[in-house]
Amino acid sequence: MYKILVKRDLTPIITLMEVEAPRMAKAAKPGQFLIVRAHDKGERIPLTICDYDAKKGTVTIVTQVVGASSRQICHLNEGDSFTDFVGPLGLPSEFIHLSDEAVSKMRFLFIAGGLGTAPVYPQVKYLHSKGASVDVIIGAKTKDLIIFEKEMRAVCDNLFICTDDGTAGRKGLVTEIMKELLEEDKAKASVPGHKKYDHAVAIGPMIMMKFVTIAARPFEIPLIVSLNTLMVDGTGMCGACRVTVGGKVKFACVEGPEFDAYAVDFEEAMRRQTMYKSIEIEADHKCNIGLDKK
Amino acid sequence: MRNKIPRVPVREQNPAIRAKNFEEVSYGYNEAEAVLEASRCLSCKNPLCVPSCPVSIQIPQFIREIELGNFKEASAIIAKDSSLPSVCGRVCPQESQCEGTCILGIKGEAVAIGKLERFIGDWSRENNVRFTDKAPANGKKVAIVGSGPAGLACATDLARLGYNVTIFEVLHEPGGVLQYGIPEFRLPKESVVKSEIENVRALGVKIETNVVVGRTVTIDSLMDEEGFSAVFIGSGAGLPKFMSIPGENLNGVVSANEFLTRNNLMRAYDPEHDTPIYVGKRVVVVGGGNVAMDAARTALRLGADVTVAYRRTEKELPARVEEVHHAKQEGIIFRMLTNPVAILGDERGWVRGIRCISMELGEPDSSGRRSPVPIPDSDFEIETDVVIMSLGTSPNPLIASTTPGLDTNKWNCIVANDDGQTSRPGIFAGGDAVTGAATVILAMGAGRKAAAAIDRYIKDFS
Ligand SMILES: Cc1cc2nc3c(=O)[nH]c(=O)nc-3n(C[C@H](O)[C@H](O)[C@H](O)COP(=O)(O)OP(=O)(O)OC[C@H]3O[C@@H](n4cnc5c(N)ncnc54)[C@H](O)[C@@H]3O)c2cc1C
Ligand SMILES: Cc1cc2nc3c(=O)[nH]c(=O)nc-3n(C[C@H](O)[C@H](O)[C@H](O)COP(=O)(O)OP(=O)(O)OC[C@H]3O[C@@H](n4cnc5c(N)ncnc54)[C@H](O)[C@@H]3O)c2cc1C
Ligand code: SF4
Ligand code: SF4
Ligand code: FES
Repeated sequence: MYKILVKRDLTPIITLMEVEAPRMAKAAKPGQFLIVRAHDKGERIPLTICDYDAKKGTVTIVTQVVGASSRQICHLNEGDSFTDFVGPLGLPSEFIHLSDEAVSKMRFLFIAGGLGTAPVYPQVKYLHSKGASVDVIIGAKTKDLIIFEKEMRAVCDNLFICTDDGTAGRKGLVTEIMKELLEEDKAKASVPGHKKYDHAVAIGPMIMMKFVTIAARPFEIPLIVSLNTLMVDGTGMCGACRVTVGGKVKFACVEGPEFDAYAVDFEEAMRRQTMYKSIEIEADHKCNIGLDKK
Repeated sequence: MRNKIPRVPVREQNPAIRAKNFEEVSYGYNEAEAVLEASRCLSCKNPLCVPSCPVSIQIPQFIREIELGNFKEASAIIAKDSSLPSVCGRVCPQESQCEGTCILGIKGEAVAIGKLERFIGDWSRENNVRFTDKAPANGKKVAIVGSGPAGLACATDLARLGYNVTIFEVLHEPGGVLQYGIPEFRLPKESVVKSEIENVRALGVKIETNVVVGRTVTIDSLMDEEGFSAVFIGSGAGLPKFMSIPGENLNGVVSANEFLTRNNLMRAYDPEHDTPIYVGKRVVVVGGGNVAMDAARTALRLGADVTVAYRRTEKELPARVEEVHHAKQEGIIFRMLTNPVAILGDERGWVRGIRCISMELGEPDSSGRRSPVPIPDSDFEIETDVVIMSLGTSPNPLIASTTPGLDTNKWNCIVANDDGQTSRPGIFAGGDAVTGAATVILAMGAGRKAAAAIDRYIKDFS
């Protein structure tokens, strides 16, 4: 079980894996995530379900190395198996509850930051398959960190790319492209036949989602973000994932991970993410002098 | 005279040493001690202890066999009513159950029923005494949701009756609270919990971990697509409560469930394991139940100075007496009649202290309990780095919300009758999922009753 059938390095620090998980593949929906353990002493690490194939019985994950546990995941090879692989967890994206007819008339704008492109992909693919128009902005630090460009192009209407250093697409931030698109959208509002953006979704680092939210607010476009909080069980049992949304405490693993961006307390969410950072730095340190487990 | 022998004390790890390790606190009785303690029982004709045991173990009978040195017979007598003697002997609140009504307790000390039960459970394991006889396979499939005491007990009985049983568990290790909640120093995982689970597997029960019922599969898909004739829900009450006071989302505030899960299920105390845990130098645990004691004693073992803040008095502490006693021996400070009103943070958003208010016990309310009321202007602060909230738990709504027609009450508990029958035919439930957070033995009893009801239900249908 949970065998890695395909492994592909998308960049030196981002790896895609297709994993055997028949029950999950059948049940997964856009917006949901899973939890993996790379070995029997490993942490439970949440990752977004980036694609799923019920027929093949596989689920695709994309992992970026940020610390010890994500590195262990990326070190596994084709033919290896995950010790544990559980999901789908969390609520699916809200748009899956809309009728196909309603979706086919809608226009969406997705803003993906870095690795966030991976979780955006299944959502865009789903909406595209239902006939919606979808524009996607991908932002990354540099050209080598852009992932899923080809796959995304195949399922969206317009793809906009920007990098911090200008090595691909525009030099700049996703918020700039987003503002231009939303301004243009507003300006054309009265043009006959113009299809307005109905809905926006931003997924990426917490800081990016925060600034996207600030920039989008004046345009009054509904905006959803997907929060990558700390998690342990992912089933509502521990409260590690709690976030404040609209003044209320929510458990991101069961009431999210997607929330109304304008209601999220990003300052708190970013602070809470760092809770175990100092401890992990020690773990990484150990690893450098060769005392680490892996 | 039998009752002139004092209760045989149980050997324990020295408090100063055990406060720094995760090894079991109590060593339990050896054979000679068990036989001696067993000789204290009066073998009452009308034993007062038995009705106070939620699963009505034949207490005088099994104790009599111990006295005679017939440990295997004792084991067989307990096995008729309980599949987890090593666990219940360790964690049952005996003082309010079997031992609480033992006749010897009126004038002196009750028979150590729990310690004797534990002795037999451990002896059976060490001597490979297993009761695996079962009826021939009847070809019917039953699904069990959750591998806590309720699910394990239900699975055991159904397997014995010849059913093909599969347990679906969302976590990566089976056992429920026995695995993720109750710490190693009270309930060893390798020797006790794992081997009790092996006993269940030895009966042919399959345990599929990493399956979220309500997400990976649903109760209806199990019944309609996978051919299960009935389902038992033993999903527990795992959803932690918070207080909704200011500062509760500061870094350093965790639920007892998170703290204990990191430590027990994820083995954070063992440097070989990757999951981090944060204790700081000082910890305040809010609450007074078994969960609070476990969190406090775990934090102590991880190196912190620990204070338990409880809003009533020591008399009302819901934790087992033995745990409170052990906690005090180990050096945990108790602040009674103390209720938090706010958690205080530093400029980086980490906990630096907790503001509390002093309480006093008011007039008895309608339930006869004296509830605590705040004393005006009695606020004070306790400095601390970590706050562990241990305010109780309620059932997770996931299963009910994905199973149409399954009734729940206003506390999210699944509604079921005494036999575990829910509002939907073929679906049974028991344990904490039905009662809210309770005890291991009650969950086990509910699992067994439901197993009998499931057997009747399936036989009526075929
Ligand atoms: C719903 C959800 C979906 C996610 N999807 C993906 C994905 O598709 N691909 C991917 O690469 N990453 C994803 N993440 C983030 C991923 O879980 C973290 O990068 C990973 O846990 C970091 O672990 P580490 O030990 O390698 O890093 P470290 O930074 O060393 O981790 C330190 C500690 O904090 C926790 N932690 C740190 N950062 C995060 C974070 N951002 N989210 C959750 N826990 C964190 C870790 O569990 C660990 O305990 C997702 C997170 C969530 C909650
Ligand atoms: C820290 C702590 C200490 C305690 N100490 C004592 C004590 O000393 N004595 C005592 O008698 N009692 C004690 N209790 C209470 C006792 O452990 C519980 O009452 C008992 O475990 C309940 O058993 P259960 O089978 O109903 O549920 P649980 O033990 O909670 O098991 C439920 C299982 O179902 C699984 N599950 C939940 N949802 C799903 C789903 N959707 N799909 C699949 N699986 C699912 C869970 O992961 C879990 O494994 C303690 C509890 C805690 C938390
Ligand atoms: S199961 Fe619990 S209550 Fe019953 S006899 Fe054993 S220790 Fe006592
Ligand atoms: S009440 Fe006490 S003395 Fe009597 S049978 Fe029970 S354990 Fe023995
Ligand atoms: S991750 Fe434990 S409750 Fe959400």
